[in-house]
Amino acid sequence: MTSRSAAGIEVRAVGKRFGNPGVIALEEINVSIRPGEFVSVLGPSGCGKSTLLRCIAGLEVPSAGSIRVNGAEVSGPPAGLGMVFQRDALLDWRNVSDNLMLPIDFRRGDRGAARARAASLLAMTGLTGFESAYPAQLSGGMRQRVAICRALVDDPVLLLMDEPFGALDALTRDQMNVELQRMWLAEHKTVLFVTHSISEAIFLGDRVIVFTPRPGRIAEVLDIDLPRPRRLAVRGSEAFNAYATRIRTLFEGMGLLKEDA
Amino acid sequence: MGRAWHGVAMATGVLVLTFVAWEVLVRVLAVKPIVLPPPSAVFAEFFSAPLWYLGHAWYTLLVTLGGFALAVVLGVGLAILIVESRLLEKSVYALIIGLNSVPKVAVAPLFVIWLGTGVEPKIAIAFLIAVFAIVIDAVLGLKSVPPDILDLARSLRGGRLATLWRVRFPCALPSLFAGMKVAISLALVGAIVGEFVSSQRGLGYVILSAQGTFDTVRVFAAILVLAAMGVALFWLIAWLERVAIPWHSSQKDHQPVS
Repeated sequence: MTSRSAAGIEVRAVGKRFGNPGVIALEEINVSIRPGEFVSVLGPSGCGKSTLLRCIAGLEVPSAGSIRVNGAEVSGPPAGLGMVFQRDALLDWRNVSDNLMLPIDFRRGDRGAARARAASLLAMTGLTGFESAYPAQLSGGMRQRVAICRALVDDPVLLLMDEPFGALDALTRDQMNVELQRMWLAEHKTVLFVTHSISEAIFLGDRVIVFTPRPGRIAEVLDIDLPRPRRLAVRGSEAFNAYATRIRTLFEGMGLLKEDA
Repeated sequence: MGRAWHGVAMATGVLVLTFVAWEVLVRVLAVKPIVLPPPSAVFAEFFSAPLWYLGHAWYTLLVTLGGFALAVVLGVGLAILIVESRLLEKSVYALIIGLNSVPKVAVAPLFVIWLGTGVEPKIAIAFLIAVFAIVIDAVLGLKSVPPDILDLARSLRGGRLATLWRVRFPCALPSLFAGMKVAISLALVGAIVGEFVSSQRGLGYVILSAQGTFDTVRVFAAILVLAAMGVALFWLIAWLERVAIPWHSSQKDHQPVS
């Protein structure tokens, strides 16, 4: 599997306001993401973390500031973009292998050339044998695996994931974290992973960007210095808990976590 | 498959029972044949000239299918324009919703004035009565695409046309088929109305001319042929639906594989 080089992202003084005067979703966001880096974006619901992701994807236009992907100003979805949504966004009328071919179809590419990669992605996620199954026949975890394979099949330079495991049960979620890490280690795509789970953010990320509640600002950026491949048991380690405690303290400081009434 | 045949057997049973009850009641209560003829007389009437009935039924069928096909093509086309253009949605769609409440039957005589007494005005009336169901359900279907899937299409740099063809249209099919099931019955109504207004052919003409001579048996024979045709047309659409959208939850043949 030969991969294209991963993309770097430069976010400069980005703000986003919905309506006029309206709601301020993002304020003064500055961050640069290195090619091949896995960055978790963590914050409470409605803090604008998904809005940042959508701005980088070119699906929303920032009200202020600029975003560059691989040096090019974002003015619409950049080429080589893979996206995964919270609800898998599979097409009900296409079976698993045809769903994987959607990115190829949209750029009028050669399906035949993509088959080998599709097959190896399905093998990596344990979906071999389900090629002709329709989404309605699959479990939630399997559907989201298909969605991830679809995001990767056209060899993207950037993978944007918007709470992809938020609708899954805890066990499936752990399994998906392990599989996503394995896929990332194989190809080192640039990944921006939005989540509201503290442990998921730490387990997966090279860095965790912690957001404040609305208006969304960056409260802190943590470098996660845990060796890879990380095993699920790392979540019980002292180092892991130190990160988790640090983030929880941040959230308490924002008034998001209160233990005493 | 077994369940399908079970359904057919049940329906046939109910139908036979209805005819038997009808026959018995008419005889026991000595109802005048001019008011309500027994089904045996109706069947005898049909089989005395089956080709004559089928010839008229063929004409009505062609008018119905012509009006229906026109309604699907123009209705879906109009729905696409409405969904793709905010201006058209605000102007034309509101107008269509309004026009839908006008009794279309009332304009049937106008079509005779405009289009003459041939097959054209009948097809036009069948079209007019059927098209609203198609437009309204097609617009509903084209707009039913989940926002995530539209975002996905945009993130894949899909143009309007590609998104329409690969995402919106397949997504609209279940709703469109619901509209087509209603529209095929309405097109048949339109065809009969057209034949009532002016015709020398078709089941509507048979019914109207038999009424002129108080030939109740003939009216009933034509109505039975018409009923059979309506059921067959509905089945045809339902069959097309099964072939076209086997993936949809309304088609329950699929069993989970896991």
